[in-house]
Amino acid sequence: MANKISDETIEYVGILAKLELSDQEKEQARRDMGRMLDYIDKLGELDTTDVEPMSHVFPVQNVFREDEVTNGEMREQLLANAPQEKDGMFMVPRTF
Amino acid sequence: MRITDMTAVSLAAAIREGKTTAVEATQAMLDRIEEEDKQLNCYVTVNKEGALRQAARVQEKIEKGELSGPLAGVPMAVKDNLCTEGILTTCASRILHNFVPTYTAEAVLRLQEAGAVILGKTNMDEFAMGSTTETSAYGVTRNPHNTDYVPGGSSGGSAAAVAAGECFCALGSDTGGSIRQPASYCGVVGMKPTYGTVSRYGLIAYGSSLDQIGPLTKDVRDCAAVLEAIASHDDKDSTSLDRQDTDFTKALVEDVRGMRIGIPNDYLGAGLDEEVKDAILQAARVLEAQGAVVERFDLSLVEYAIPAYYTIAAAEASSNLERYDGIKYGYRTKEYAGLHHMYKKSRSEGFGEEVKRRIMLGSFVLSSGYYDAYYLKALRVKALIKQAFDKAFMRYDMILGPVAPTTAPKLGESLADPIKMYLGDIYTIAVNLAGLPAISVPCGQDSKGLPIGMQLIGDCFQEKKLLQAAYTYEVQ
Repeated sequence: MANKISDETIEYVGILAKLELSDQEKEQARRDMGRMLDYIDKLGELDTTDVEPMSHVFPVQNVFREDEVTNGEMREQLLANAPQEKDGMFMVPRTF
Repeated sequence: MRITDMTAVSLAAAIREGKTTAVEATQAMLDRIEEEDKQLNCYVTVNKEGALRQAARVQEKIEKGELSGPLAGVPMAVKDNLCTEGILTTCASRILHNFVPTYTAEAVLRLQEAGAVILGKTNMDEFAMGSTTETSAYGVTRNPHNTDYVPGGSSGGSAAAVAAGECFCALGSDTGGSIRQPASYCGVVGMKPTYGTVSRYGLIAYGSSLDQIGPLTKDVRDCAAVLEAIASHDDKDSTSLDRQDTDFTKALVEDVRGMRIGIPNDYLGAGLDEEVKDAILQAARVLEAQGAVVERFDLSLVEYAIPAYYTIAAAEASSNLERYDGIKYGYRTKEYAGLHHMYKKSRSEGFGEEVKRRIMLGSFVLSSGYYDAYYLKALRVKALIKQAFDKAFMRYDMILGPVAPTTAPKLGESLADPIKMYLGDIYTIAVNLAGLPAISVPCGQDSKGLPIGMQLIGDCFQEKKLLQAAYTYEVQ
């Protein structure tokens, strides 16, 4: 395997991804990611000097509109989906 | 003819003529689902009372003459990654196990305005990540042609429901082949429109630059009718296009004379099953006999589409799926120490293996130090792939090829080796990178009796050409 993923990298990516992985899952992730990156390295065979990265196939421009509320009052319905709510607000764990 | 065997458009005609009603058709479908779905598991949620209520309302409007379109009164199914107001929408994930949207996706709304009745929400790979519908948190869906086989994915529930007569037509979404491949495996028609043709508002995002909603139907006529209903310009989706040519049913003309069709040599090489290859070439001969000009050519860059795709799709997924944090909706873990631990634990318990794999990969390719080497490199390769298609469409009206290298694999055979599973997307994936329209049309069966699909790929905005060729093929 050309791509050796270090423990630090898996830890770091776990933080970015906001995932808590068990030791076994970390080992699996390390193997999977190494194999995928080996495979993705195939892109290196292509010379892409002077090729602009293409994010959209059409020349899309920003679409602007006034920031106006168009849907009605939905507080109750929206809060109904929350795992925890209190006094019309989302409830989160104590943070400080 | 049993009502459940009718196409969507013929059912609507029968309802208009008073031969049956929207309520009767809906009840027939609900009975059929009751009978078949314990075995097939096409649906995550069946909207029984809601569908019957909706059908009664639609029937009244039809009788008053307020509704008369080709989908008025037609009961259909919607993939479970499209938001439906008041109906559970899980994305086949544990993390959305209790999510009830407060609004309806624009594409679904368009269908409801056309008089369609929503029967329920169909099973899929979790967050549309997969090619077999086996990564669903709500159990696998089985292929109606042989229940030992997968229906394909990620829109496997929609494809299987159409094939099994558990709905008259369905909506799916296609990020790398997720409409076309299950359509092919289940022997139904599936179409991915040009990027931007159908509003993505209310579609739960996976790879936003690649995702597009489209129809899964029993025949090409139904496909054109559904596409015509859902194509719209929408201010709520900033990538939505303002197209004037969305009268797709006008393209149902039996004529391919002079159409130039290219078959990429690179689509017929190693890895392609012989029976699939024979069926595709036979289909090409049918079009040729009708007057199309069929040629072989080299498309090039085909083997680079999968690595480019998985880099871009994983990157976008890792960003799109950040929103699942256990605060505003969805699953929250029971025990935790502080906010950040709650995020991590909720996500780790709520997401399945394949979803976590792609979030990890996506986070990595976007991280500082790797962003240029992986993510930007993939976007550069995407530009080259688009150029290769542009070149092909200077010579051809459309590209013809297989949808997938094989027919449906057996249940349980695919997930063990992710890269092998990803390789199955080789003929569908480049279409999403280049934003092109493509259709999957049934073109035979293999010796096991499993359906084979032919894929027609068009240049941007050329859905009508594809529908015309597919229709001509189908009536032969």
